[in-house]
Amino acid sequence: MTVEEQIKGTVESNKVVLFMKGTPQFPQCGFSSRAVQILEACGASFEAVNVLSDMDIREGIKRYSNWPTIPQVYIDGEFVGGSDILLSMYQNGDLQNMLNPSN
Amino acid sequence: MPTPEQVKNWIEAGLHDSSAEVVGDGRHFEAVVVCAEFSGKIMLEQHRMVYTGLGDKMEVIHALSLRTFTPEQWASHG
Repeated sequence: MTVEEQIKGTVESNKVVLFMKGTPQFPQCGFSSRAVQILEACGASFEAVNVLSDMDIREGIKRYSNWPTIPQVYIDGEFVGGSDILLSMYQNGDLQNMLNPSN
Repeated sequence: MPTPEQVKNWIEAGLHDSSAEVVGDGRHFEAVVVCAEFSGKIMLEQHRMVYTGLGDKMEVIHALSLRTFTPEQWASHG
């Protein structure tokens, strides 16, 4: 399976996926840590992928989304953005709407 | 390590008709970018335009926080 297929499989089989440096318990970068905090503040459960443990994923994800930095957030299989965009979506409520469209 | 001035020049060189204000410590940078071609685009696309314009320069920039505006938004931003 190519890295691309691996990534596609992950983002399409989990509602929310966070590609980050480190893990939610031990983030290795400020921006990744902020992304974890934002998702947790929304009460969203998410699949975390530690790109530091797999160089192919670390580079492959940047090609997959045509986005050069980590973290990267995917919701319903769609690339949403990095920590900047995640923060602004959280501040204007768009993120909460995407995470639980029901209420 | 790049300087804010270099990052500003790289952003403006890579994005037609844009102007950038950049601050940073050599590893983490924050940039405000104003560009007419942002109009009608969602924030994700605007940021992607900046990153695409920077190309491989992103290898030497550890972190770049972006705030993007059209000229009209920036004018009313005050």
